[in-house]
Amino acid sequence: MSRLEEIQAQEALRDTALQRLATAAPYVRLLGIELDRRGDELTTVLRFDPKLIGNPLLPALHGGATGSFLEIAAIMQLAWDRIWEQIEAGGPAAEAIARGALPAMPRTVDITVDYLRSGRARDAYARATVAKRGRRVANVRVEAWQEERERPFAAAHGHFLLPAEKEPPAEDAAP
Amino acid sequence: MDQDADGLSHLLRKGESEETEGARLDGLPFARELGMRLISSGDGEAVLSIPYDPRMIGDPESRVISGGVVTALLDTCGGVAVMASRTRPVSAATLDLRIDYMRPATPERVLYARASCFRETRSITFVRASAYHDTPDAPVATAIGAFMVENRRVWPAPSAETEA
Repeated sequence: MSRLEEIQAQEALRDTALQRLATAAPYVRLLGIELDRRGDELTTVLRFDPKLIGNPLLPALHGGATGSFLEIAAIMQLAWDRIWEQIEAGGPAAEAIARGALPAMPRTVDITVDYLRSGRARDAYARATVAKRGRRVANVRVEAWQEERERPFAAAHGHFLLPAEKEPPAEDAAP
Repeated sequence: MDQDADGLSHLLRKGESEETEGARLDGLPFARELGMRLISSGDGEAVLSIPYDPRMIGDPESRVISGGVVTALLDTCGGVAVMASRTRPVSAATLDLRIDYMRPATPERVLYARASCFRETRSITFVRASAYHDTPDAPVATAIGAFMVENRRVWPAPSAETEA
C-alpha cells in the first residue's frame, strides 16, 4: 500500500467507525442525532423534529430531549476519543474496529443539566470537552447552542464510567 | 385526586383502548413520543410511567434504555409535580436537573418516576425525584431539580382573586 493509500484507508476507517457509532443506539436514531467530524473535533447535531417539542405553545424543545442530547453528546465524545486512539495505535483494537466492532460504551454516573434559555424549534449543536479522563471515570462538560455559538441554550457536566481497557484475565477476576 | 383540579387536564387524553394504568401525556409531543403516562398527581407530587420500548435502547448489547430516556422521564415528572402544587402555577420551566444513576434500568420492564416539591418560593420550586421499577426505595436513578414557575396569582396569594 502506498503512503497515500494508507492515509485514505485511515480516513475511511475513521468515517465508517463514526457512522457506526452514530447509528448503533436506537435512542440516538429516535432523537435524530447526527455526528459531524472535522478532523478529531466532533459536533453532535440534533435535527429538529416536531416530536421533540415539550411546550407546543412557544414552541420549545422538551427539557428531556435537550437533556438527552447533552448526555449523548458527552458519551459520543468519550466513545469517539477511544475509537480515535485505537485507530491511531493500530494493532488488534484497530483491526476489530475495521471489522465493524465498536468499543464498549461509557455509562453515565451523574449528570447536571443547566437550562439557560428555552430550546427553539430549530436544529441544535453540542460540543463536549473532557475536563478529566481518569482510568475508570471521566468528567465531561457539554455546551449546546442553536443559532449563535456564543448564546448556548443548555449546558451540562457529568461523570461517566469508562469501560475497562482490556478484559481482565479470568483468574484475576474479583470473587 | 381530581386531575382537573390540578389544571393538567389539557395535557391528558383519556379513553385509551389499551388496558394501561394512567393517562397518556398527549399535550407534550416528546412525552407522547416516548409513551409517558400520568399515574397520579396532586399536592406537589406526581407519578409517571414509561413503557419499555426497543426504540429507547441506549446500549444495544445490554438492551438497557438510554440514560437520556430516564432524564426525560424525571424532567417531565418534576414539571408535572410543580404544575400540581397547591399554588397552581401557569407554567414550569426546568432551570437545572441533576441526575444520579444508581443502577441500569431493567430491559422489558415499565419504569416509574415519582417527584415531589420540597420547597416553593415566589419564582422557584425545588423538586426531588426518583425513577424505579418496583419501589422508589430501590431507584434506578434519583434527581434533584429547580424549576422556574409563573404563578397564576400574586404570591403569596392575597385574599382578592387577582390575576397575575
